[in-house]
Amino acid sequence: MDWITTVDHKKIAILYLWAGGLFFGIGGIEALLIRWQLIKPMNDFVDAQTFNELITMHGTTMIFLGVMPIIFALMNAVIPLQIGARDVAFPFLNALGFWTFLFGGLLLNLSWMMGGAPDAGWTSYTPLSGTAYSGTHGVDFYTIGLQIAGLGTLIGGINFLATIITMRAPGMSFMRMPMFAWTTFITSAIILFAFPAITVGLVLLTFDRILGANFFVPGGGGSPVLWQHIFWIFGHPEVYILILPAFGIISEVIPTFARKRLFGYSSMVFATILIAFLGFMVWAHHMFTTGLSPVANALFAVSTMLIAVPTGIKIFNWLFTLWGGSVRFATPNLFASGFIPTFTMGGVTGVMLASAPADFQFHDTYFVVAHFHYVIVGGLVMGLFAGLHYWWPKMFGRMLSETLGKWTFWTFIIGFHLTFFVQHFLGLMGMQRRVFTYLPNQHFDTLNLVSTIGAGLMGAGMLVFLANVWITSRKPPDAGGDPWEDGRTLEWSIPSPSPEYNFKQTPLVRGLDAFWKEKTAGNKGMTPAEPIGSIHMPSATPLPFVMAVGIFIAGLGFMFSRDDFSSALVSFLFNNYVVTGLGLLITFGAMLVRSLYDDHGWHIEPEELEGR
Amino acid sequence: MTTTHAEPVHGGLAHEPEKATAEGRNKVLAFWLFLGGEAVLFGTLFATFLALRNQTNEGPAANDLFHLPLVAAATFLLLVSSLTSVFAIQAMHRNRPKLLRNWLLVTVMLGLGFLGLEIYEFSQYVRHEEFGMTTSAFSSAFYTLVGFHGAHVAFGILWISLLIGQLGYKGLTVVTAPKLYISAMYWHFIDVVWVFIFTVVYLLGKVG
Repeated sequence: MDWITTVDHKKIAILYLWAGGLFFGIGGIEALLIRWQLIKPMNDFVDAQTFNELITMHGTTMIFLGVMPIIFALMNAVIPLQIGARDVAFPFLNALGFWTFLFGGLLLNLSWMMGGAPDAGWTSYTPLSGTAYSGTHGVDFYTIGLQIAGLGTLIGGINFLATIITMRAPGMSFMRMPMFAWTTFITSAIILFAFPAITVGLVLLTFDRILGANFFVPGGGGSPVLWQHIFWIFGHPEVYILILPAFGIISEVIPTFARKRLFGYSSMVFATILIAFLGFMVWAHHMFTTGLSPVANALFAVSTMLIAVPTGIKIFNWLFTLWGGSVRFATPNLFASGFIPTFTMGGVTGVMLASAPADFQFHDTYFVVAHFHYVIVGGLVMGLFAGLHYWWPKMFGRMLSETLGKWTFWTFIIGFHLTFFVQHFLGLMGMQRRVFTYLPNQHFDTLNLVSTIGAGLMGAGMLVFLANVWITSRKPPDAGGDPWEDGRTLEWSIPSPSPEYNFKQTPLVRGLDAFWKEKTAGNKGMTPAEPIGSIHMPSATPLPFVMAVGIFIAGLGFMFSRDDFSSALVSFLFNNYVVTGLGLLITFGAMLVRSLYDDHGWHIEPEELEGR
Repeated sequence: MTTTHAEPVHGGLAHEPEKATAEGRNKVLAFWLFLGGEAVLFGTLFATFLALRNQTNEGPAANDLFHLPLVAAATFLLLVSSLTSVFAIQAMHRNRPKLLRNWLLVTVMLGLGFLGLEIYEFSQYVRHEEFGMTTSAFSSAFYTLVGFHGAHVAFGILWISLLIGQLGYKGLTVVTAPKLYISAMYWHFIDVVWVFIFTVVYLLGKVG
């Protein structure tokens, strides 16, 4: 019950972690099933339809319900601590964002049990995703589930923007902010400007499918390419929503374990901003083969290649930070160091794909699959592993086992390269993505076998990590406030796990790497910026949960509004939007309750802070 | 910055009560950000409309449909409602809750008038011109863009009406003031979007 009503950012972080982890597991199992199907030519482990559903759900689940919530988990756990704040700007909205994400994700995954999952690919290209080619409710689950989950992401993004703009501790100017806070800030800005585009895209597709509109139906005058524009003007920035937080994590982990300040801090900040800006300019490089025009293709090719410049700056800054440092390869730093070459390889194939003429060859082959898995798994997932091992003691008060952590790293990274490195060559040899099997004797057989073995190894790495988590959770808490001993930023200046009010006294920030600065000056902790006083806390409330349930019901109701049911009563309820209305009523009712009763929260008094 | 209090400052009300508390300032800032997102939302809808506005699928085209005097009347109502919401916020800054309520009531009435005209317009198209959601890509884009705006107006009317009720129930405080202020921001935003709709959909539809 505690967990349903909580508005504490640290608890919401843990909720995001478990929910994201659950979906990540589902997406992972889907990946293993895909790899099992492709282990040998002409395999009949799954049929073509199931394969389509698997690849669609694997991509959708991993991106929207797996890695993004885990990113949000780390942001929620760390950002208020890093900027010296007691909480986020809007604790209530924070909880609402989590619950809408969870119920959107549940709705999407209900499709497996309710007549078929979405089957049009994670990009849902029209007209393939229209009713003409996708007659089940699969794509409806996609449009409405993602719509609800996306609402949660947007809420989270606005919350982090407001939090970082207004709630930094005294002395923490923007240019003294830790890199993870910076990348969270920029990521949130991208979310704010990219997500409304997919919101519209999903609405239009829903209208096409449920209300019979003609946006993407050529027979009615609509344009399938329009969907691609809308999808990718969101979808390309989405790539940076995923990777920038990983950049931030790496920029925290490497200086800590190299015991040196981050090389080129201000160039890191500006590179991040530049990447975000360019990320919005390059969406059409996903569409080179739709026949835009040579001029358009050339412009988008060049602007895409430009992104390599700020990204290269970042790579070199990390290397220069390690250079000459007294480097310690604890598990987080292993992942961070493994991230650098792996992500760089993904970047290099990105530049190859950015060349429009070459893309005509690479398009829709396993070369593309290899490229984006190098970026998203070799980049982001490695970054998340680094971040989880790094901040685990701060989140749970316990150190993860170093031995098992190293086992996780080596099985995962070897499995990863085994899986995806060979896929470059499969792609160059012409193996198509999204096709459920292949013919024998096309030189695909051995490499696919290798790839599947690698996937199994990655799965084993995940199991080691889960074992580590389980074993750790059974031990007594052992983490001190600064368990890595070389913590540089504010979160390490308070106990682990941090008390619910975070900082007894708001700290005074006197430079970049605020805690490190105090430590090198010989101080035990941060200098407080205020006397000990009573701390205002927001009250726990079930309303965000209720609102999300209402939206969930409304979504289901709308989805089945055009169906025929055997029972007249059920037909009446759905076909007349009674169910939809009921769901909306629950949500709006909860909003009304929220506005009628002012909740002033409660206070923690100084005596309590001093311990009894 | 750490504590927030619901009581009015020093007995009276601060000059800008919406910015008197950290929570209020956060709300106003976050609402600006939210409107940034809304701008992208409408931008995407406008782009869709512009891409599809000549795809009439042998159904009615913009030139056959639009009746500018009706749209001009609706525009007039909405523009004036923006002005009256400015008066409302000015009354709030002068700490005159009754005047504030009355200007908000006028704003809501004008909004209802606009919405009524829009519903009338849509029903005319559907009944007499056989121009529905499914007719053509143009019709889908038209109803979605203009309808989204209409839904925003309807939501704004509901929201401001509830705030009027809350104002009577709780009075003008540093808790209610930020809500009133951001609802006015929202209302202006809707108004600005309509100016673009009037130009891009209706005027361009008639002459373009």
